[in-house]
Amino acid sequence: MTDSPTVSGGEGGGLVSRHRLSTRIWHWSNALAVLVMLMSGLMIFNAHPRLYWGEYGANADHAWLEIGSNGQGEGMVRIGPAVVETTGVLGVWKNREGEIKNRAFPWWATIPSDYSLADARLWHLAFAWVLAAGLLGYLLWSLVNGHLRRDIHITRREWRPSHIWHDITQHAPLRFPTGAAALRYNVLQKLAYAFVLFLALPLIIITGLAMSPGSDAWASILTEAFGGRQSARSIHFLVAFALVAFFLVHIAMVVLARPYNGIRSMITGKYRLPREKSDG
Amino acid sequence: MVDKPSLISRRRLIRTGTLGACGMLLAGCDRLNSSGGFRGLLQGAESLHMGSQRGLAREALAREFAESAMSPAFRANGNKDVADSAYRKLLASGFAGWTLIVDGLVARPLALPLAALQALEQREQITRHDCVEGWSAIGKWQGPGLSRVLDLAGLSDRARYVVFHCADRFGETPYYESVDMVDALHPQTILAWKMNGQLLPEAHGAPVRLRVERQLGYKHAKFVMRIEARESLDGLYGGKGGYWEDHSDYAWYAGI
Repeated sequence: MTDSPTVSGGEGGGLVSRHRLSTRIWHWSNALAVLVMLMSGLMIFNAHPRLYWGEYGANADHAWLEIGSNGQGEGMVRIGPAVVETTGVLGVWKNREGEIKNRAFPWWATIPSDYSLADARLWHLAFAWVLAAGLLGYLLWSLVNGHLRRDIHITRREWRPSHIWHDITQHAPLRFPTGAAALRYNVLQKLAYAFVLFLALPLIIITGLAMSPGSDAWASILTEAFGGRQSARSIHFLVAFALVAFFLVHIAMVVLARPYNGIRSMITGKYRLPREKSDG
Repeated sequence: MVDKPSLISRRRLIRTGTLGACGMLLAGCDRLNSSGGFRGLLQGAESLHMGSQRGLAREALAREFAESAMSPAFRANGNKDVADSAYRKLLASGFAGWTLIVDGLVARPLALPLAALQALEQREQITRHDCVEGWSAIGKWQGPGLSRVLDLAGLSDRARYVVFHCADRFGETPYYESVDMVDALHPQTILAWKMNGQLLPEAHGAPVRLRVERQLGYKHAKFVMRIEARESLDGLYGGKGGYWEDHSDYAWYAGI
């Protein structure tokens, strides 16, 4: 796993500066905030493991998604009319002491690990400030220092379907760029990062705010824009899992493309340019 | 290329490492959760929530809805009945002998019969009830404004909180809740004796429940027997201003 000795020249091998301090600080503080938000959010979901569309929704109303038990000791997830048995993971599972619990998300996925809506809300609502202030600060700073324009902005050429298709065919066989080209984000990376920065994170913050009865009084346009408090709650949940999907792909890409080099560049900022392959 | 045995051991290493890291993370979170200092830090965010909401819109009104938007069934939560025998007698008599006590930091302590509350100027509002658990129900509420009742009693300038003492209990502990003067004097804060066009049913807190529309459901005290104006919440039960606040550490400010 060790890198080869430094080779000078544009063909790669040299150590270069890759990520700015602001990017590195935000990346890790945001990673922490998102993880805490997800795990405490799953515990909050456990208090009422049903999702609805519209303004209202409670037990007598139709839920489009439900995680629970079928009454015969089996865990299940129901989405619309489709039911999947999930015993052991969702709905019915064993805690650390081996006791059977009838809750949606299991102890190892939640903060805190034992059921407590009050404690989960303490974590979730405190870290919401870290998430929102961090994102706002990072976006403003990245606008000022040109990071967004230089590295995330998708050019007219990159938007062309032929270009996007080219990048997809390049990446399907996991062929990663070498040399200085490795420093530029390709259009798929730009799309993924833009999705997180401009769509997923803002949406999850706004839908969170839209669920607050206090905010609904002074900013009811937010709740109304999503079609009601329960719709906002459903979208909040869906975006959370879109972020989980991003996280899984993100981690897979880091692991497949030189994990040590990639992780180091996000900690120290230094990145070793991958060398051109001699066999082409 | 890497040979097979080392691949397996690496895989096992990653697996063990990942599980170990997750285990440590969870244990760490649970330890932080019960550590006083860190918990205090998390709890400190409550003043940010309240400060920002109050700063942005102290007087904002909660959204009101059309009749067509009402929930077909309004879920009852918390205590749905009261075991206390005095309460049962009052309920059986249609609360004929019941009075709402208004005391504490007031010039004229009151004992208001239900008919007196019904005779005051009424406010009707169709609002969304948001439970801390995540569900919502839309219902129609009617009753006099709390501010009108406090006016009648001659609220002292020293009063900073209004406490609602309730007939229901969790085990031996009576339910209670409190709001500050911003919410107590808010036009939508009413003492509802009517719900969806009918006398408030027992499951929803007969004869009177508080509606404090910009906060979550547990603030909407049911079975209200006594209203007390206070300068401080110290020395009252657990001192945190409400049953759930005292017993489960729910936030006193429940606007989010």
